[in-house]
Amino acid sequence: MSARRMEPGLLALAATFLLMPAAQAATGKLVLTGGITSVEGTAGGGITPWAMIGTQATENEWGVSASSSFTETNDYRLNTYGVAAAWNERVEFSLAQQRLDTGITGTALTGSDLVLEQQIIGAKVRVFGEAVLDADTRMPQVSVGVQHKRLDANALEPTLKSLGARRSGTDVYVSATKLFLAPGILVNTTLRATNANQNGLLGFGARLGGDESRHQIVPEVSVAKLLRNNLAVGMEYRAMPNKLARAGQAAGLSNGLAADDWKDVFIAWAPHKQVSLTAAYVDLGRIVPATTNNRDQRGIFVSAQIAF
Amino acid sequence: MKRQVLPVLLLCLPMLASANTPPESTKPPTLYEQLGGKDNIRVVMDDFVARLKQDSRIGNQFTHTNAARLASQLTDQVCEATGGPCRYIGLDMKAAHAGMTITKAHFNALVEVLVASMNAKGVPFDLQTDILAMLAPMHRDVITVR
Repeated sequence: MSARRMEPGLLALAATFLLMPAAQAATGKLVLTGGITSVEGTAGGGITPWAMIGTQATENEWGVSASSSFTETNDYRLNTYGVAAAWNERVEFSLAQQRLDTGITGTALTGSDLVLEQQIIGAKVRVFGEAVLDADTRMPQVSVGVQHKRLDANALEPTLKSLGARRSGTDVYVSATKLFLAPGILVNTTLRATNANQNGLLGFGARLGGDESRHQIVPEVSVAKLLRNNLAVGMEYRAMPNKLARAGQAAGLSNGLAADDWKDVFIAWAPHKQVSLTAAYVDLGRIVPATTNNRDQRGIFVSAQIAF
Repeated sequence: MKRQVLPVLLLCLPMLASANTPPESTKPPTLYEQLGGKDNIRVVMDDFVARLKQDSRIGNQFTHTNAARLASQLTDQVCEATGGPCRYIGLDMKAAHAGMTITKAHFNALVEVLVASMNAKGVPFDLQTDILAMLAPMHRDVITVR
């Protein structure tokens, strides 16, 4: 029941990596400058994409990375697995699998344990700029990206259907990232066009009670401070669409499907050039407050990434 | 419409944020003074050149390099750039590296070696980033293979 559907895709990508000439895969980037892997599989912070092209590959190099993360809040658990390939600090392809254990919410809505699974295929292209080395200009590095998401809602499918939420969707984003090298401060801002509910794990848009299926533009911000060349602390903010709210009201749940913005504070450490570990305290706001006593979902996030 | 204004402003944030705000005090010490003067810079550069020669990624580009001469030139360059009483006389960065095969991976390797030397010689991290911020833009002239 777990990641079975994902395996063909992961295997295909793994095979691609193995077939890539080993001599070309390289690690010419400076430590931590490829960012970490977000819960969506994209290079960035923990919850938002950055303009950095992932892996440790720099110009004229292919790179590959694999990552995994675990988030536990009051009522939910999210596991993610991701792989990414990047070339020439120009393009990045990524594949992520998310697995959400819905805890009390799933039991309340479907009568038994419920796991939601989502696959995300991502691509990102650097448009211009050098976030790290161009320290004499304020010009950021700018990239555009796309994330196509497919949700396997299992027993929740009838509920999503009645709310009018789709089970697949595509986000498009633009990210601008700058490392102000002298003070050691990194700033990223991302604008995302999305109609995803809770990043897609509760479907895309809604139609019950009014058409909420259109994309809207939401901002995401990360700020980090380098404490050493392999250690950074920071915070992130990711605005969330609230497209299930009206459908929830129409379904008689009052504010029971309202969503809030995501926030975190993190520490990222690279004990080795090819390995990064991240821990964060997250506040994801309300996620299906109808079944969780209106609680904010606060908890921890840990992630590990290895680059080849 | 109003919804769109905030995101656009936020996207401009990295461009607006100030890279380094100079302190208000009357005569802040120069980076050169904070580094402890030319002798201290030379200690770092001697270590740097020795490490460069041994580096598995880029050491072969320095096999025929006169270590003392390169360390002296680098010392003058950093001394001058950090506000010290030195003058670097030598080829500019573009001319000095013309004809060599230098990729961005090579350049980043050199940055890593410099960081290792600064760590070994006890240069505080905030001064390291000041120095790197001055040197990093040279990638435009130093990298010959793009």
